Amino acid sequence: MKRKHKRMLFIGLGISGLGIAAALILLAFDDNLVFFFSPSQIHAQNFSSDQRLRIGGLVEEDSVIREDNSLIVHFNITDLSETVAVTYNGVLPDLFEEGQGVVAEGHMKNDSFYALEILAKHDENYMPTEVADALKESGKWQGSETKK
Amino acid sequence: MIAEIGHLSLIIALSLSLIQGTLPLIGAWKVNVPLMSMSRSAAAGQFIFISLALACLMYCYVTSDFSVKNVFENSHSAKPLIYKFTAVWGNHEGSMVLWVWILAFYGIAIAGLGTNLPPSLRARVLAIQGLIGMGFLVFLIATSNPFLRLDPAPLNGRDLNPLLQDPGLAFHPPLLYFGYVGLSVAFSFAVAALIEGKIDPAWARWVRPWTLLSWSALTAGIILGSWWAYYELGWGGFWFWDPVENASFMPWLMATALLHSAIVAEKRDALKNWTVLLAILGFSLSLMGTFLVRSGMLTSVHSFAADPARGVFILGFLIIVIGGALSLYAWRAPNMKASGRFRPISREGALVINNLLLVTGCASVLIGTLYPLVLDAISGTKVSVGPPFFESSFVWIMAPLILLAAAGPLMSWKRADVLGVGQRLIVAFGIAALTAILLVALKGGPWGAILGLTIATWLIAGVATEFSERIKLFRVSFLSSLQRAKFLPRSALGMSFAHAGLAILIAGAVGATNWQIENVQVMKIGESVSVAGYDFTLSNVTTSDGPNYTRQRGEVLIKKGGKIVDTLYPEKRKYWVQGTDTTEAAIRTTWLADIYVAIGDPSPGGGLAVRIYYNPLVPWIWLGALIMVIGGIISLTDRKYRIGAPKRSTQQSISDPIESHSNQ
Repeated sequence: MKRKHKRMLFIGLGISGLGIAAALILLAFDDNLVFFFSPSQIHAQNFSSDQRLRIGGLVEEDSVIREDNSLIVHFNITDLSETVAVTYNGVLPDLFEEGQGVVAEGHMKNDSFYALEILAKHDENYMPTEVADALKESGKWQGSETKK
Repeated sequence: MIAEIGHLSLIIALSLSLIQGTLPLIGAWKVNVPLMSMSRSAAAGQFIFISLALACLMYCYVTSDFSVKNVFENSHSAKPLIYKFTAVWGNHEGSMVLWVWILAFYGIAIAGLGTNLPPSLRARVLAIQGLIGMGFLVFLIATSNPFLRLDPAPLNGRDLNPLLQDPGLAFHPPLLYFGYVGLSVAFSFAVAALIEGKIDPAWARWVRPWTLLSWSALTAGIILGSWWAYYELGWGGFWFWDPVENASFMPWLMATALLHSAIVAEKRDALKNWTVLLAILGFSLSLMGTFLVRSGMLTSVHSFAADPARGVFILGFLIIVIGGALSLYAWRAPNMKASGRFRPISREGALVINNLLLVTGCASVLIGTLYPLVLDAISGTKVSVGPPFFESSFVWIMAPLILLAAAGPLMSWKRADVLGVGQRLIVAFGIAALTAILLVALKGGPWGAILGLTIATWLIAGVATEFSERIKLFRVSFLSSLQRAKFLPRSALGMSFAHAGLAILIAGAVGATNWQIENVQVMKIGESVSVAGYDFTLSNVTTSDGPNYTRQRGEVLIKKGGKIVDTLYPEKRKYWVQGTDTTEAAIRTTWLADIYVAIGDPSPGGGLAVRIYYNPLVPWIWLGALIMVIGGIISLTDRKYRIGAPKRSTQQSISDPIESHSNQ
């Protein structure tokens, strides 16, 4: 095999490899993108109960209610202009706290949000960028909320 | 006073880096020996002054000097001593000091160990290192000075994020940085070679040990972070495909590709331009990882601060470094010709495919990581790309790589015999097929898990085949096989270790992802629950105080068939200063599976949330990674890196146009 052919073969292999990879990536994107909404955006549109989505904001003060003898927790997520009621059956992460930022992933059903996962991996001084943006959008952003 | 000495040391180091980054380049260009040798003393000076700065910062932390803003924000007098040390890099400013210190460490290592390097190459490598150091020192002093004072000094500090007060995490950042920054050496060698216009096998032989070192450190650092997430976050998972994890994983993939292509460049004098490109991309991804993590664009425990000025600075630096290096590459690389020729079916060919797959895999991780950022910037739509994306793209791109990894080492250089390799792998194939059948019979699924474990078995059987061929197992007496094993080239032995470790790690990851049993419920004292054949009884809950937290500790009895197997003590801690909670999972390992118990919040009815996981094969992840790191270190001790100066080929550089034409 000549040098030129060899190079062609490698380029061909590379391109077909990239093609397969691109196809895999596009297919994977198709099913696995989860969109993020603020409570105000949630109220502005309808969602089917099978659409997986994320909502984020602050955990409303004094809204956390735990059911007796079960892991079911109810709380409200707010962007300080609208709130969404959230129900979650599971253990809340360590950094979950009233008045702090939170992101929940799950789906809407009858105007309330059923969370499958609660994310609060950030530290207590820090606001998830999505939450900060949601607060800015609702006009309730206070710079002091990111202390650091 | 101490803080001011630290600040001054950083400024002196900056001026030294200015010298290191410029004069030796001129010296190498004008063939001026005194200017060239200045690079070594400048590197030594930088190391001394940055070490002094780091020591000053540590001193401020250990003595709890809260007049220093950085100490005030990240430490507290009640914190245990070890976390006063580790808090130094548990924040943005301090971690940047650690970063430049490691860079200076590599600088002095090149200056000290590179005595057999041609003076011009050494001067240029050190100069590039100096320029990188200069960029980071300017960044540090201008935007992230850790030595700023507070007046009046507060009485006590705000404490370190409790999640970071953990032994596993104490050494995660330094190891990770050793890996990240180690890639700067390969980068500097690549840029220096582009300036010199000469890449020969000796060049690859110099680059490889540095890449090996940084690869080993990166592997250890990543896995330490993963281990920490596993036992500290209380979610029973080990890898979340979080953008921050990806930011460390991408340079690792590139470093792995670079390790393999450097072998071809060294042994066969081929793939040279490609190797240079990988060295540039590897360090570029390290820098990009730093940018993503430090700019506050991503949300995680790693985003110490969201300061736009820092993000803009790193982005600018990123563009200069990557853009500059790639432009230099585009200008100089076409003039460098490879001399080694090979057929597609050969060891070289296998390594090319290895590289293509690793780079493609890295690209898929890059796309998944950057897509949400790009989409947000363009349209303001916020999306997240979760684990399913990576599981259905990256994992499938890597599967053929693992299949190939068993066969590649059996192929001969230049031209390999497919049929012969196939015959030698027949036993390995049999073992893999048998594993698949056994798994289907015993476990029944899911099929992804069976496929994954079969591939892992195939790899380890392939490694065993190659290794026993090398030591002529069963063909000569066992004793002389042992003798052979003892005198194997360390790089071959290291490869066997690394590949075997990878197989074990994959098996662990596949088992953990597919066969995890999760059981979460509210339990009252005395209640029992049965998970995976074990009975778990919450026998007691106590509250007591640690050094800077209050712990709630559950006592969980584990029984199997009525007999007590073990007692686990999961904890939930509330740290006083920041008022935040951490989970300390309790884990019992059998080396085949982990029993994992974590406690959560109390329920109003009087019970306690208890999570119980049965995690099959998880310990293999840590074991496999450890074996990989050991493989890397064994490979580093290969005598070819120690004994004798690598001979530079007599080939002329491209500065001689006639010679370079005759080479084509």
